[in-house]
Amino acid sequence: MTKAVQIKGVSKKYGSYQAIKKVSFDIHDNEFFTLLGPSGCGKTTLLRMIAGFETPTTGNIILHGQNIENLPANKRRVNTVFQNYALFPHMNLEENIGFGLEMLGWKKDKRECRVNEMLKLVHMEQFAKRFPSELSGGQQQRIALARALAPEPEVLLLDEPLSALDLKLRQAMREELQDLQRQTGITFIFVTHDQEEALAMSDRICVLAHGEIQHLDSPINIYENPTNRFVADFIGDTNFLDVNVTGSNVHATSIETPLGINIDVPASGVKVGQDAVMSLRPEKISINKSVDGVSLPGRVMHRTYMGGYTHYTIQLSSGADLRVSMRNNISNNINYDLNEAVTLGFSPASVRVLGE
Amino acid sequence: MSKLTMRFWGVLPAYTVMILLMIIPLGIIFYVSLMTSDPYGGYKPLFSLESYTQILYNYDWDNNLELNFQYLLIIGRTILLSLSTAILCLLIGFPVAYYISRQRKEVKPVLLYLVTLPFWVSMVVRVYAWVLILSNDGVLESGLRLFGFVDDIDSLLYNNGAMLTGMIYSYIPLMILPIYASIEKLDPRLLEAAGDLYSTRIQTLYRVIIPLCKAGIVSGFILVFVPCLGTVLEPILLGGGKTMMMGNLIQNQFGVSRNWSFGASLTILLLCIVLIFLFLQARRAAKLNQGAN
Repeated sequence: MTKAVQIKGVSKKYGSYQAIKKVSFDIHDNEFFTLLGPSGCGKTTLLRMIAGFETPTTGNIILHGQNIENLPANKRRVNTVFQNYALFPHMNLEENIGFGLEMLGWKKDKRECRVNEMLKLVHMEQFAKRFPSELSGGQQQRIALARALAPEPEVLLLDEPLSALDLKLRQAMREELQDLQRQTGITFIFVTHDQEEALAMSDRICVLAHGEIQHLDSPINIYENPTNRFVADFIGDTNFLDVNVTGSNVHATSIETPLGINIDVPASGVKVGQDAVMSLRPEKISINKSVDGVSLPGRVMHRTYMGGYTHYTIQLSSGADLRVSMRNNISNNINYDLNEAVTLGFSPASVRVLGE
Repeated sequence: MSKLTMRFWGVLPAYTVMILLMIIPLGIIFYVSLMTSDPYGGYKPLFSLESYTQILYNYDWDNNLELNFQYLLIIGRTILLSLSTAILCLLIGFPVAYYISRQRKEVKPVLLYLVTLPFWVSMVVRVYAWVLILSNDGVLESGLRLFGFVDDIDSLLYNNGAMLTGMIYSYIPLMILPIYASIEKLDPRLLEAAGDLYSTRIQTLYRVIIPLCKAGIVSGFILVFVPCLGTVLEPILLGGGKTMMMGNLIQNQFGVSRNWSFGASLTILLLCIVLIFLFLQARRAAKLNQGAN
């Protein structure tokens, strides 16, 4: 797999504030790569450095083997879809999409051909002569995509492009973005703070916090095997319980839990005596169902009906609270009442032990 | 009180001021311009278009009408100098406005204050300062001589160049401020987007910044051009009375020459020139708006 972008020891300082702390990773060709993190984690700074709007304080950015960290934005074969689209208000859609091609010196007829192709790609053929102010947010979004894709960039950067859209449209655009990426075969670097968006679209996700990489892996691995407490907390919902590690080897980690039981869970890097938490996802716990593993009695303290799901908070006899999420499907459409006594079950294999 | 009468009483003060200070004086001027001038000053209440023909024609010794370019020259010079002032103000003012808008939040108000600072000093004093700078053995000439650039300059003062310099100096804040306001409104992301789409800085300037700042540029241009047409001070102090502009010409008719009718007709002509320029501009703006929608 060839590398589209290599980030090598990149850091960025604003005065005394270190936005990015010596970050290194590679982005593969033809990949949908996501930079995910809470606001202020440095994901947008990183994207802006790849785009050429900021220069790294130290380190190198390599685009297909060429050092680009000191090139101005207009010399990089990289295009950006901006958060608020940044369409030129004084140009119609054709002119907007053709702008990059014009600047690259494409001939007029070749340019028109490409612009029409792009309008077709984003299903906006009939709007060619309109101005951006006459479009809805979703339509502007499509034009921004078309404008950025038109010059066939080596890498397309997307800076939270869906955050200004309403929920339904956002979900529809997710699929469109994925389709576009597959159709064009262009490497996408997507920045978002929305973990659901990241999980849904990405080939790989890089979770950032405080200017450092927390975890870089496929969506499944990030969700199922987070590297630390921050990642487990940021991606999806989970139960955290403080535990004592009593034994640790390559096959398993033994822990003493506040649930009143000691269990052996999949091996983690956490050593005996180290501060640690266990993470157990709410959907990995069952209610009143015999499972191969741990069974614990408890009482329903809180119930939130979500339609497709019901979220419960169950208080165990040991005093600990666990959140449980149950899917309301054909075979499992019972709702438990408040204060009802229930039995929880989970497999120790679903438990992850994480260092602080 | 009904809504209509409320509205009437509400706008009454504004209309009163307009009528008293603008419509009536203009009416008087128009009336005087249509009267016969009195050789002893003032005017005689006799209808005549003579003061208008006087702009173009002259009576020779045999009382025949004869074309006279004397006043056309002054009118032409006025328009040319005012246009040059506006254009040069734009060329100087745009980069200044752009520079100010790119500064840090704390610096901006200081720079803007500095731009408007000369307004706090009397116009006469400010223009007179240029006399000191440009005069023989003035600041500029002695400075240049000191560094050996020149031996002897004819005179930097009392010519069109000196007037132009003074007018640019006097009116440039009126160009900088509206342009600054329109640049401030510009979304910086648009500039980034242009750069991202392979446009050089110069291309971004011509394709994105200038088109989006058009409103500010046009209003700055009008704010400089219109008062320049009627300027009086610079021609007197910096032109030395040798090169007259319409403002001086009009002033002379009401003062030294005591030819009120002619002065009034020149005033009406000046007003018409301004109105024609404003009309052309309004029509262009309307066409642009149509294009955008």
